[in-house]
Amino acid sequence: MSKDRIKVVVAKPGLDGHDRGAKVVAIALKEAGMEVIYTGLHQSVDAIVKAAIQEDADVLGLSVMTGGHLHIAEEVMDMLKEEGATDILVAMGGVIPSRDVPKLREIGVRGVFPGGTPIDEAVAWMQANVN
Amino acid sequence: MPDVARYVTDEKGRVTNVIYPSGIEIKECYGPEDLEAIGFDYEKDLGRPGAFPFTRNNFAGGYRSREWTTRQYAGFGTPKETNERWLMLLSAGQTGLNVAFDLPTQMGLDSDDPRAAGEVGRVGMAIDSLRDFEIAFNGIDMHKVGTGLTINAVASIMMAMYEAVAEKYGFDTSKISCTPQNDIIKEVLGRGAWLYDLDAAVKLIGDTIEYAVTAQPRTYPTSVCGYHIRESGATPAQEMAYAFLIANSYIDEVAKRGYDPNLFAGRISYNLNIYGNLWEQVAKFRAGRKVWATNLREKYGIEKDKDLMLKGLFAGGGSGLMKAEPENNIMRGAFYGLAAALSGAQSTALCSFDEAYSIPTPRSALLSLRTLQIIMEEVGLRDTVDPLAGSYFIETITKQMEEKIWAEMAEIEDRGGMVESVKDGYVGRKLARQAFEWEMGIERGELIKVGVNKYVTAQEEDVELHEYNEEWQTSQIANLKEVRRERDDKLVAEKLKALEGAATEGKNVMPYLKECCLAYCTVGEMSDVFLDVFGPYQEPNVI
Repeated sequence: MSKDRIKVVVAKPGLDGHDRGAKVVAIALKEAGMEVIYTGLHQSVDAIVKAAIQEDADVLGLSVMTGGHLHIAEEVMDMLKEEGATDILVAMGGVIPSRDVPKLREIGVRGVFPGGTPIDEAVAWMQANVN
Repeated sequence: MPDVARYVTDEKGRVTNVIYPSGIEIKECYGPEDLEAIGFDYEKDLGRPGAFPFTRNNFAGGYRSREWTTRQYAGFGTPKETNERWLMLLSAGQTGLNVAFDLPTQMGLDSDDPRAAGEVGRVGMAIDSLRDFEIAFNGIDMHKVGTGLTINAVASIMMAMYEAVAEKYGFDTSKISCTPQNDIIKEVLGRGAWLYDLDAAVKLIGDTIEYAVTAQPRTYPTSVCGYHIRESGATPAQEMAYAFLIANSYIDEVAKRGYDPNLFAGRISYNLNIYGNLWEQVAKFRAGRKVWATNLREKYGIEKDKDLMLKGLFAGGGSGLMKAEPENNIMRGAFYGLAAALSGAQSTALCSFDEAYSIPTPRSALLSLRTLQIIMEEVGLRDTVDPLAGSYFIETITKQMEEKIWAEMAEIEDRGGMVESVKDGYVGRKLARQAFEWEMGIERGELIKVGVNKYVTAQEEDVELHEYNEEWQTSQIANLKEVRRERDDKLVAEKLKALEGAATEGKNVMPYLKECCLAYCTVGEMSDVFLDVFGPYQEPNVI
């Protein structure tokens, strides 16, 4: 699959509304020339995965601040499998202790960007991993 | 977000300009000519501490007459765990409570709602019904201890429940004092725990203010949060300007019901943010007190001195704290506490150093409290009121900050006011853009955070983490099931019906909410009534 522009769905799963990080990343990806759809707040995993599929996204970026990242990652990956959409790359950012980074990768989250990661790193990762 | 100053240097590394996030440029040296240039007038610009325009302090004696209230934000798990943490903090000398609620509670969901799974008791305490408040406030003297209720969309429900629990425990409800955060406009701009249509939500805040006038005269029914607006990307000047405009919206809501603002404007309090450049923070609070008092006097004809004061929690901001080298945040917290004291904060709190990792452990929460106590008891911040007054530098930038705040207010008023500018996404877009630019400034190394983009060492984090216990969810749901089993279902249905009627007819819902609480209606049931009657808020796209 080769496209001119990388398409990213940025989402905040669950009840948390601390969305500055998600918005900053969304703006940065846009500035880097990607097409960005921000789903807005209080989205269910179901709605987020459907949006990513419907938009034919290359990347699904999730922002989680509450500590519920492992739980949410599992749900998202299960649902992507169910929908046969595992070609969508999943990335996650937020309040993520480093001990959980390998766990998230094991669950299938390909890009993990804990708070404090330079945004350029996330942008470069997407450019390198979407072909 | 906009945090430290921007330092412009020449090729030799000499600082040629310093620009504060609010846009004030700092000179190398200040003198009497600067005070003359801004037309500084002691009586008009400062006045005595404790007198209009309160630039220097709300009280003549500063911290000699009253120490600040320390109010660490705390709550997690079930009401039982939270009650234990509160009793620990109170016995360590903390003087007020500041309740953290979990996300399901903030979003009007019961703990057994499928959408709450994994979040029950995680970032705060889970509250489903009055039974939970009975456990949480057990052993707390509700006449002596005031309580901040950090909740917004369903704040009216919590304020009613607070009164209900006080009544159950035999306290005189006219003597209790709570400060529900109850600022829905800021919730839309930052933090995001909104639920109902914005106009209806503003009306609900009007209900709480109107109700407090007679039923809870010692309560501060709303705490307007510049804090979260700043965390979302506002400059210090915008933080104050937007908070004042939001407060004016709530005053207007109650005034249009026929109440004289002199009856309630003095009960509005604030939650404001402290991080970044020390001097800019001090100027912000000194100018802020003057702008707010002037706004209340000129716009609303507020007369009494005590009603003109800018009251509230001036607290150390989370955004200034960094994930890299977390112990550095202990030092940052101490300087934010110093800024709070130099600014004459009445109530204060600090984020704990480990909050970029998880919610604080008992050890880190205590360390924050101790930091504030050391500032007040050991270092000398209690000695004299407004110690920086008269400094050529501080007085000049205080005046410049005042002008910035008025200008930011005028910009929003000129385009139709705060509610409109939030609804159409104007303010949200501006904040998101500024947050992005700030982040880029850090990444490009133009704005310095030590250990983050300067003097960086590759260091492994070693932070003791607060652990979430899955058991809390299980036991909270079991307690909720028991409440549902024991309560009088007929009474519950009747009280919810009455609440629906009141909401539909536009009556003040507070007395109805209290009745619902006393009948053990759940937060989810009461919130669903509002959601049905008012409809959900529609978020504008700000990206």
